[in-house]
Amino acid sequence: MLSSSYDDGICYVETMNLDGETNLKLKQSLEVTSGLQADSSFQNFKTIIKCEDPNASLYTFVGTMEYEDQEYPLSPQQLLLRDSKLRNTDYIYGVVVFTGHDTKVMQNAMNPPSKRSKIEVKMDKLIYLLLFSLVVVSSIGSVVFGILSSDDLQDGKVKRWYLKPDDSSIYYDPRRAAVAAILHFLTAIMLYSYFIPISLYVSIEIVKVLQSIFINQDIQMYHEESNKPARARTSNLNEELGQVATILSDKTGTLTCNSMEFIKCSIAGTAYGHGFTEVERAIARRKGSLLIENEQSKENHEQAKPAIKGYNFDDARIINGNWVYEPRSDIIQMFFRLLAICHTAIPEVDEETGKISYEAESPDEAAFVIAARELGFEFYQRTQTSISIHELDPVSCKHVEKSYKLLNVLEFNSSRKRMSVVVQDDEGKLLLLSKGADSVMFERLGKGGRGFENKTKEQMLEYADAGLRTLVLAYRRLDEEEYKSFNKRFMAATNSVTTDRDEKIEEAADSIERNLILLGATAVEDKLQNGVPECIDKLAQAGIKIWVLTGDKMETAINIGFACSLLRQGMKQIIITLDGPEIIHLEKDGNKEAIAKVSRDSVLYQINEGKKLLSSSNTESFALVIDGRSLAYALEDDAKNLFLQLAVGCASVICCRSSPKQKALVTRLVKAGSGKVTLAIGDGANDVGMLQEADIGVGISGAEGMQAVMASDIAISQFRFLERLLLVHGHWCYRRISLMICYFFYKNLTFGLTLFLYEAYSSFSGQPAYDDWYMSLYNVIFTSLPAIALGVFDQDVSARFCLKFPMLYQEGVQNLLFSWLQILSWLFSGVCNGVMIFFFCTSALQHRAFRKGGEAVGLEVLGATMYTCVIWVVNCQMALSISYFTLIQHMFIWGGIALWYLFLLAYGAITPTLSTSAFMVFVEGLASAPSYWIITLFVVIATLLPFFIYLAIQMRFFPMHHNMIQWMRFDGHADDPEYCQVVRQRSVRPTTVGVSARVDATVSQLARKVHDVVHSPP
Amino acid sequence: MEGPVHIYYELDNFYQNHRRYVKSRSDKQLRSKASETETTNCAPEATTSDGSVIVPCGLIAWSLFNDTYSFAVNSKIIEVNKKNIAWLSDKEHKFGSDVYPKNFQMGGLIGGAKLNASIPLSEQEDLIVWMRTAALPRFRKLYGRIETDLAANEQITVTIQNNYNTYSFEGKKNLVLSTTSWIGGKNDFLGTAYLTVGSLCLFLAMGFIILYLLKPRTLGDPSYLSWNRNPDGHY
Repeated sequence: MLSSSYDDGICYVETMNLDGETNLKLKQSLEVTSGLQADSSFQNFKTIIKCEDPNASLYTFVGTMEYEDQEYPLSPQQLLLRDSKLRNTDYIYGVVVFTGHDTKVMQNAMNPPSKRSKIEVKMDKLIYLLLFSLVVVSSIGSVVFGILSSDDLQDGKVKRWYLKPDDSSIYYDPRRAAVAAILHFLTAIMLYSYFIPISLYVSIEIVKVLQSIFINQDIQMYHEESNKPARARTSNLNEELGQVATILSDKTGTLTCNSMEFIKCSIAGTAYGHGFTEVERAIARRKGSLLIENEQSKENHEQAKPAIKGYNFDDARIINGNWVYEPRSDIIQMFFRLLAICHTAIPEVDEETGKISYEAESPDEAAFVIAARELGFEFYQRTQTSISIHELDPVSCKHVEKSYKLLNVLEFNSSRKRMSVVVQDDEGKLLLLSKGADSVMFERLGKGGRGFENKTKEQMLEYADAGLRTLVLAYRRLDEEEYKSFNKRFMAATNSVTTDRDEKIEEAADSIERNLILLGATAVEDKLQNGVPECIDKLAQAGIKIWVLTGDKMETAINIGFACSLLRQGMKQIIITLDGPEIIHLEKDGNKEAIAKVSRDSVLYQINEGKKLLSSSNTESFALVIDGRSLAYALEDDAKNLFLQLAVGCASVICCRSSPKQKALVTRLVKAGSGKVTLAIGDGANDVGMLQEADIGVGISGAEGMQAVMASDIAISQFRFLERLLLVHGHWCYRRISLMICYFFYKNLTFGLTLFLYEAYSSFSGQPAYDDWYMSLYNVIFTSLPAIALGVFDQDVSARFCLKFPMLYQEGVQNLLFSWLQILSWLFSGVCNGVMIFFFCTSALQHRAFRKGGEAVGLEVLGATMYTCVIWVVNCQMALSISYFTLIQHMFIWGGIALWYLFLLAYGAITPTLSTSAFMVFVEGLASAPSYWIITLFVVIATLLPFFIYLAIQMRFFPMHHNMIQWMRFDGHADDPEYCQVVRQRSVRPTTVGVSARVDATVSQLARKVHDVVHSPP
Repeated sequence: MEGPVHIYYELDNFYQNHRRYVKSRSDKQLRSKASETETTNCAPEATTSDGSVIVPCGLIAWSLFNDTYSFAVNSKIIEVNKKNIAWLSDKEHKFGSDVYPKNFQMGGLIGGAKLNASIPLSEQEDLIVWMRTAALPRFRKLYGRIETDLAANEQITVTIQNNYNTYSFEGKKNLVLSTTSWIGGKNDFLGTAYLTVGSLCLFLAMGFIILYLLKPRTLGDPSYLSWNRNPDGHY
């Protein structure tokens, strides 16, 4: 940027698409170019810009500009990034440094990957396994066939003369047995292709599409206000939703609604404000305490008046000018005056309505100004030198206009952690108004200003634990002399051009921000979305780890950690940061290599320290907080495994100040390092990389545009829907798909094995035991519909219980239902069933007459009988495996069997030209033979008996979690709250985060709070 | 034995279910005279060496079983009824009444029985029975029925004409006389199997009941959960 419509070359930009923050950022051009204000002045404009190569770091830029034979250093301050929006600025002039793929945003972008679920990947391996067994089985058959064929003709002597081996085509030629065997191998591959359920792929696709429809149609994931249902944008990953081990979440717009609300304050040691934060509500609901009733009545009350964005303060002692009657009204007056004056916001008066809105650098600042306005201190005009407010006069109780002369602004920065203004009021009195973080403010209080320090501190601790963002407000009066000397120093410092300019300014400011008088503290809520703490609580109970990756400052991130119960008092925080004194010192020198080296060592050291701490205790829970710059080093090859180990050991992980690229890299690290399923959730363009990198990307279709949704696999409109999406739909889909795949392999193996065994009895000649049509329709009609019904409708326990017992979700995370053991036992079961069906049928029918008429058993009779048994067995096996019957299941399972008989009838009735050997088999031969029915009954019972026994023993003695919940429901325990509590308690560990765990830790504290609320005067 | 007594010949190690064998027939040719020339699958017994069509063609018909039996009790010959030994549907729908054997067993190598060229195929019941291929290498086929009762300890003299060659493939031939009940011929397997499975079920039921009475276990106890027993498995 070279210049802007402002004289001093500043402009405001919004960088929502880059870091997800909606506040305005200030950019400033170099002083030398800020005077170029007209198009004509660029006619002879010539400059050379030297800068670093294109890279992905959003917060750094190094370069120089050569202009009029002089070099000026360029910093990120002069750089406007692509995708940022100009706000409150009419126009700017600038030079384009990088375009297209060289821009920082594009450097952060990644190619959209194609995603497949872990189950499908595993299924591929299973297919390979079966393909291998198919080849083995086929080659065994071919070899035996080859040997038998060559045996038929030895030294001119024909053995099986009825086959005429001496006059044979190539396929059976004993003289070229090897060739015949190879050709037979191909036949066998075709014949045994039933080992591999090809229709499975089609069925899975159908099932997944139907599952996605269920997800899309779920009314409980529909957000009424925004009229947005959940939307599964890909149907590939449904079952993956049931296996998520780690959630990586964005903060702004995902956990929070990105609005700040002034909710509480502590003035002169007295706490004001009744509002409850989301987390307090969640805790209260959890405990079922009085708070709810209290609050509900208030909510009704609240609905009466229009809600004001950024303001949720309610205390009868303060509002409507009542503060005048409070004992320390002078302090209260000063408190709100400070809020109205000490900021950098710009008022915007709506000319039609006369209402005033504010554009502030940060949303909390806006919240302060709004709060001040609502409480009678309306800030309405800002000029370069003065601030005007409407103020409520305590004596006359009328609004009076007051104007304050703005003398100095001591701006906020991350090392000062405070902001002050020096103003002169109408009467000429000089005031220093200051607000800042408690860590720096309390030490700056003067002797006379500590009157209620302890009380304020106590209240602030309470606020902080509730996830509120707190600031301490203080002021002092200045006398002329003091101010003059300060102003001199300050002016000198600001006008200096040496490198230590900032330091000098800081020193000057430091000298005056002393001996302050404490006013009180504010508490602003970074408003969480509805139901976020409960949702996180449920997810934590389900054993899912939640990482927060945010572009925000560390303090903000930690606050939110508290607000969502990811952090709590008593949790050990491991903070990895590069803000140590030596690094700052080195940065001043500007030696990049030295900085990098020291930083790397420092990060490594901190990680190792953290690990030591972690291993020293296993009862405490730890939280890891790391900032973006440290993260850059922690993600380097040598450190990343250490970092991962540390992070995995911690109950919650918060990464702040992270760029989109870093978010994606962290996601990749977790995905690759843990080998488990990761889910990323975010709403902004800055989350796109993360969403694409994670196994599942969930986009929040909120206010921040569509980029995240377009890059996501599943879009929901509120964070809290994640709970239902994972715990209910995810769990179900995982269960359905894994069971369905297992079942498909099982049924095809059963079928394929009867074919193979029959081969063994027909000298591996490749003669199928069944009619061609039977075989073709096996997968298409008789057995696939129940499997699809299983895949779409089956549920082990109802949605209510899925949510009630979140630890059920661990079945998916630990992949209990699709482990190799599970798969192989299904395959084993398939083999057993195939063998049993074949031998039972052949032994029962043998060579004897099978009916009264004395007719002997032919190929077609054996085939049809065996096929009947297979159909019955696999369908009944399905009936045993599923746990949720609707009419559809019944229809498909029993319908499949009925269809077989119908088919047999129809097929037998058509002309023998088409039906060949199956002609009238059922009508004439089978139906009237009692032995056919008796054999069917016997084979079905005997074949399913082992599985049934296994099921009974497993259910009684080694129940899986869903079995137990089924038991509990069956016994009626499920509605007994105490019993459920006991069950649930087991899933809460000392290291678990979330509201429930927090409740245990804060029972006493809460009791006190409830007491306070109940007994405080309304 | 009460009549009717069924007479079967039983072959062992004879692969009627060999793919080449099973396919070597022409259903169309068997059904109607019009499709006499449809002998696609019948090689090498499709045509004679001079190219005229063989009816019925194929290996199955060619290797028709040709042993004959005659029975006598106390040197009194017993009538063997060879009618109605084939499936009715075969006779009526699969084997045409206008199709007569032609050029059958005229080649150099004669496989099995010859057919009377003046009787239509639909009445050649031995052929029809033989053409229903057996499922397993050991099989029986109905030869005929003795309609009279046979008393116990009666001496039956059987005269066998041993024409059919089973020596080359080390096969066995048996002759079986059997009555049938509602369930078919004699077979112990089903009975034994039903008893075994039934008693197994009974035994298991008893076992579970005893186990339940001796050591009842609280249902739905989460401590049995795998991830509660193994804390490391939590993550």
